[in-house]
Amino acid sequence: MLKLASLVAILLVPSLSMAAEGAAEPAAPLDYQAWHAHNDVANLSSLQRGARNFMNYCVGCHSLKYLRYSRLGTDLKIPDKELQEYLIGPGETKADYIGTSLKAADGIAWFGKQPPDLSLIVRAREGSDYVYKFLKTFYIDTSRPTRTNNLMLANAAMPAVLSELQGVQEAVFRDEVVDGANTKVFDHFVLASPGQMTPAEYDDFVRDTVNFLDYASEPAQVSRRSIGVWAVLFMLALTWMAMLLKKEYWKDVH
Amino acid sequence: MSEAGSQTVDSPVDDSRRKFLTVATSATAAVGVIFAATPFIESWAPSERAKALGAPITVPLAKLEPGQMLTYVWRKKPIFIIRRTETMVTQLPAHDGELKDPKSSDSDQPAYTKNEQRSRRPDLMVMIGTCTHLGCLPKPHFDAGDPTPSLGPTWPGGFLCPCHGSRFDLAGRVFKGSPASVNLVIPPYSFPDDNTLLVGEDGTKQGAA
Amino acid sequence: MSNPNQVTKPGFWGWLNRRLPVDAFIKGSMTEYFAPKNFNFWYFFGSLALLVLVMQLVSGIFLAMFYKPGETTAFDSVEFIMREVNYGWLIRYLHSTGASAFFLVVYLHMYRALLYGSYKAPRELLWLFGMIIYLALMAEGFMGYVLPWGNMSYWAAQVIINLFSTIPVIGAGLVEWIRGDYGVADATLNRFFSLHVVAIPLILLLLVALHLLALHETGSNNPDGIEVKTKKGPDGPPLDAIPFHPYYTVKDIMGVFFFLTLFCVVVFFVPTMGKLFLEPANFEPADALSTPSPIAPSWYFTPYYAILRAVPNQRIGALLLLIAVLSFFFLPWLDRSPVRSIRYRGWIFKSFLTVFTISFLALMWLGLQEVSTLYVWLARIFAIGYFSFFWLMPWYSRWDPVKPVPERVTYHA
Repeated sequence: MLKLASLVAILLVPSLSMAAEGAAEPAAPLDYQAWHAHNDVANLSSLQRGARNFMNYCVGCHSLKYLRYSRLGTDLKIPDKELQEYLIGPGETKADYIGTSLKAADGIAWFGKQPPDLSLIVRAREGSDYVYKFLKTFYIDTSRPTRTNNLMLANAAMPAVLSELQGVQEAVFRDEVVDGANTKVFDHFVLASPGQMTPAEYDDFVRDTVNFLDYASEPAQVSRRSIGVWAVLFMLALTWMAMLLKKEYWKDVH
Repeated sequence: MSEAGSQTVDSPVDDSRRKFLTVATSATAAVGVIFAATPFIESWAPSERAKALGAPITVPLAKLEPGQMLTYVWRKKPIFIIRRTETMVTQLPAHDGELKDPKSSDSDQPAYTKNEQRSRRPDLMVMIGTCTHLGCLPKPHFDAGDPTPSLGPTWPGGFLCPCHGSRFDLAGRVFKGSPASVNLVIPPYSFPDDNTLLVGEDGTKQGAA
Repeated sequence: MSNPNQVTKPGFWGWLNRRLPVDAFIKGSMTEYFAPKNFNFWYFFGSLALLVLVMQLVSGIFLAMFYKPGETTAFDSVEFIMREVNYGWLIRYLHSTGASAFFLVVYLHMYRALLYGSYKAPRELLWLFGMIIYLALMAEGFMGYVLPWGNMSYWAAQVIINLFSTIPVIGAGLVEWIRGDYGVADATLNRFFSLHVVAIPLILLLLVALHLLALHETGSNNPDGIEVKTKKGPDGPPLDAIPFHPYYTVKDIMGVFFFLTLFCVVVFFVPTMGKLFLEPANFEPADALSTPSPIAPSWYFTPYYAILRAVPNQRIGALLLLIAVLSFFFLPWLDRSPVRSIRYRGWIFKSFLTVFTISFLALMWLGLQEVSTLYVWLARIFAIGYFSFFWLMPWYSRWDPVKPVPERVTYHA
């Protein structure tokens, strides 16, 4: 899955870098709605990176109030020492739920609304694709107080906090007649200034982070599926035996 | 024209096959019932929240004077932390004869507290303040010779349980004549530094449960 | 009445039988209770419904040990169950999947009755008890969905309770009385909890007992729709019926295990079933200021929801929704055919039943979609298909050219 995603990312890179260099040929229309996160919740190293990414970039505003550090440590196989050093916030212990230091009042004052808790965001958006697309479709919009906008969530109150990594994107729109009215339809992105990561690296970064949020939405999902394999196999065997038993008794009936 | 329970002449009822299939299916189904019951039974065991709230507690000791006691709560149980004076410690062996189990062979304590003072450090006594009879909170009576009648004439100092009269010494050992039969339980604990006590963790797997 | 033979039986069994009709019960409902031998696939769903009832009771009892009803605690307690109670996630998924499984099984169980005329005399009361069970089940499912206090829970409660405001004169007051507050609130949640956990399960158990008693009084119908009790063999038992035990116990157990296999696939691999069983909007806490879009009830209610939305008038829409559900009650008297089973009915009845089936499924799908002009017109057409099955039946069931009914049941070993 990671290989496929990397391949897709690599294919995207030429078009983006060409646009950044101001190439003569226009970039092809970008169908961002067709993007998929393709994250693998069973991939522990991806989850560990995602957890680190979340603590470095997200927990300043967003809490994960239904997830405990201790659970995180056990499920992601992170030893206590690393957990304390890299992931647990100041003043918090292993037993605490993952909280944010941003007070609700401040969040409302600065952003207009409190940044939502993200414990269930992946389940509330029916999968990881939405969050993946959200983190990749910020663009410059000087009309907004945050100076940015987002293709997945129009007029998002959240600023483009990852632009230091992704770079700053401009969105190019084209004119189209939709339902009889002239509307602006998104066409493609142009990288106005590069970030610390290449598009492929940023794509991996987002995937890991989204993978972590997917895990956080339902920590039991990996063991659910593995127990399920045994449960279904057992039930198939039991059903087969019951069928033989039924056939044997029903020999009596004519 | 046929009835249930009979077969045509050429294929008589194979009772042994029926019995085998019935037994085999029933046995497998019984195993299935045990698998199915397991999650429900397990759900009653302490949840992650209970285990997290039962995490080890840190007790600062700097302000604890000799002869004083602190009470903290760990895993919903009262923990008695006593700074014993030198006299209290040296007097401990003197009344061994009045105790049910002076060497603590039948009681529940970590290996490092199976000594005369029942503690890691002689000056600090840590124990669970739950009477081993039926669970009441024993009351401290630290003064030797305390005149309370139920303590008896040769009281060396310790605890008296108000519910049924069990008596324990300053190492939590139970006196003869008490309804309780074992010494007070000692939890796992350790000292990260000289002035800090960590109850619930002692660096061993058992301690960090 | 105890079997006089048991009075003299030695040991514990005799002791027990002199005080409780255990042997008589076993004989009367299992080993000497005769059921037609030609039961097919459609006859599994009664015992499966009983299985799902038991599963919901057990999983529900355990959920109630950890769930905390209340505006501020309900949503958090469900996440506590999912994340921190040992195997809590499994108990929760058993219950949420079981709710949908219950309706799937009950719909198939009801459809059997439509196919084989099982609602016709002398089984009208059996059918009515079943229909009341269906109503109680709908109430139970609705209230259960409100309990997690997610955003869909809140707005579903809001919309469904508001339906009662369409009742003339008493509507507004009734709605406030149901809610216990000026809007859907803590009071509503807590009373729904009590009804869902105690009152309706007790009512359901009583109704199921009555349903089975009525069944045993008349005996089962069968796919050929003919009475089997009238043709007895030389030594007494009916020719075309077999003792329930061991034949149907062994067959139903096989059905149970097969059902549980499919059930496990859902519980362990697709518990949300896309959006159908656990909706995304319900993973966000209730928010009085934000209605989820699109808003729809659970799939098992959507046929009626589609009918409601198809009518431009709120009051008439609600009335038609009610009539759509209650139409089933009248079937034993609407059906004037001399024949029970579809095997011997003519093309007219078969056409109406086909149209009904397609309409019900189409309405179910339409109810899940967002509103659009096309979908509203389709819903109107299919609503007509739905209602005509019932309300034209007195005529088309009489005109329907039926085939002669056989003397003996059709059975191939």
